[in-house]
Amino acid sequence: MTDDTRAATGQQISDTFTRSEGASTALKPKAQKSTVKGIPAAAIPAFVAGQELADLGETDPRIVVLTADLAGAGRTADFRDRHPGRFFNMGVAEQNMISVAAGMAASGLRPYLSTFAAYVALLGCEQIRTDLAYPGLPVRILAHHSGMSLGYYGTSHHSLEDLSAMRAIADLTVVCAADANQLRAILRASLDLAGPLYIRLGRGRDPEVYPEVPEGFAFGRAVRLTEGRDLTLITAGSQVRPCLDAAALLAEQDGLAVRVVDMHTISPINADEAIAAATETAAVMTVEEHNVTGGLGSAVAEVLLEAGAAVPFRRHGVPDEHVVLGPPAALYAHYELDAAGIAGRARRFLSP
Amino acid sequence: MATEARTGAPLPARGTAERAQLISLLTAKAKLVRRETVRLTRIAGAGHYTGTFSAAELFAALYYAQLRYRPDQPDWPDRDRFVLSKGHAAIGLYPVLADVGFFDPALLDNYTRLHSRFGDHPDMRKIPGIDFSSGSLGHGLSTTLGMTLAARVQGRPYRSYVILGDGELCEGQVWEAAMAAGHYRAGSLVAIVDRNQLSIDGPTESIMGVEPLDDKFRAFRWQVQRIDGHDFDAILDAFAGLHTDPHGPPQMIIADTVKGRGVQRMELDTNWHVGNLVGADYDDVLAEIEAGLQPVTAGRDGQAGGGND
Repeated sequence: MTDDTRAATGQQISDTFTRSEGASTALKPKAQKSTVKGIPAAAIPAFVAGQELADLGETDPRIVVLTADLAGAGRTADFRDRHPGRFFNMGVAEQNMISVAAGMAASGLRPYLSTFAAYVALLGCEQIRTDLAYPGLPVRILAHHSGMSLGYYGTSHHSLEDLSAMRAIADLTVVCAADANQLRAILRASLDLAGPLYIRLGRGRDPEVYPEVPEGFAFGRAVRLTEGRDLTLITAGSQVRPCLDAAALLAEQDGLAVRVVDMHTISPINADEAIAAATETAAVMTVEEHNVTGGLGSAVAEVLLEAGAAVPFRRHGVPDEHVVLGPPAALYAHYELDAAGIAGRARRFLSP
Repeated sequence: MATEARTGAPLPARGTAERAQLISLLTAKAKLVRRETVRLTRIAGAGHYTGTFSAAELFAALYYAQLRYRPDQPDWPDRDRFVLSKGHAAIGLYPVLADVGFFDPALLDNYTRLHSRFGDHPDMRKIPGIDFSSGSLGHGLSTTLGMTLAARVQGRPYRSYVILGDGELCEGQVWEAAMAAGHYRAGSLVAIVDRNQLSIDGPTESIMGVEPLDDKFRAFRWQVQRIDGHDFDAILDAFAGLHTDPHGPPQMIIADTVKGRGVQRMELDTNWHVGNLVGADYDDVLAEIEAGLQPVTAGRDGQAGGGND
């Protein structure tokens, strides 16, 4: 990772891929902005992580936060400013950060570590397996900028394999946050989770799915967001909002009633909810910002095939290739992972 | 002695009758380590003799002279932590943990057999007295640093110790941790390198040179001592020389040792990294261990270390 990469991402995740006009801009983190591109800071997951952890840290002295030189991009700076004695910047050394957090957890602390998904999940995969999951330690990983949300930074900064790697690790809970309010719910629920937790986050400006912090959030309990019998879209994280929008398009333009399931927890997967989709609706399509190999689609396929579900089924995600170069929005359009693209894929699936 | 909790009493000074008495005890315990390593290896059918023998004096000095712990309360929050980063030497640590009272020594009789708690590498969830699971080289300095920083956050007085292998120093994560420990001035972190000269394929300096270790760690902002790791007087002096400032520099003891020390046929011979003794060899080796350390003979893969006789 280069220095200018970190500076650029430190400048508000949301602005990173917005071309600035006029005056040059120093790409430094801006402290405590109340809005970014018109979105209230309170609705931006990347901001919420630091604020929520700082709040939780007021009442739980076990909480410590670690970052790998991304306190700005991950907004853990908010925790640092309120709890400086419990904040550790470990520099650009992700593997050490994971194992240090493990040692802290073994000594009674509750570490939350935050950095780019690509480096924590892929570079740090073995440390997560050996030092967090095998000893069953309560370390929480905030893996931000997952998928291809770092756009034209390219494959080195993309994380399209992390779900596949993480869900193969025993005793590791793997969850995806769709928006700020769901992230709040995840962080609050994490206080009572005994083992380690991998939280997959997007680029930090994910549009709202949950208008309020969802009550009754529980790991492994999927959320049925819309009801319908013509098709189920099973999705998670950054793709929940586009799936809801795609369902609206399919209703309006095609008269289709689409069920949308937020399968936020990838491991352990909510098998009953996947099987319900297969038995109660006419077709099932999974949608994920991840390589179609090994991620959410694979997890659902495993459940359905073993359950003997004979339902038309498609996985939709990033094909098994290293993605082309482009800004995030262009990539989502190119790979049909925006609302229009998902609707189009659903139409071709249902009427080939 | 077996179940007495170590309380951190001052070490007796060199040359005193108390020091001689302590070293007599430690010498017997180092023999226990080697003897049990030979016995347990026979149960498994193969074992890491030599990298365990090189650490025998270090295990004995740590557990019978230096560490503060309570065998009847393995999770005592203020205990000193110990991480065996070179987890493949656990076969020599288990008998010590049993001997000081963390668990019944009879539990070791099914070492490595199906459903045993005791494998080639230690599991903190199954074995009282193991502060962190290890086996994947390069992780232990990081986990021990985490324990050290946790003591700082929680205001606890314990020290955290770790033994690293010398071949292990090739892992990049060790240097990430070394840099972070220096940066955070983790003064209650004590690392010991079992500098036994060989990694699996041969002498470290021909496989992947690790020297000059003293200068490397000093450059990473550590305080460094270098000693003969088979000389109890030197080990105890090094422990007595540790500073007590939790915000001081992290502390390194480079223990020059001989891989296979105590069994001449194995000394500095890479063929014995993993092995199994059978028949008369088994009894001969046990007798040699009981006789105590003899002068080191240059092994086929290295020179005898200086000052180890």
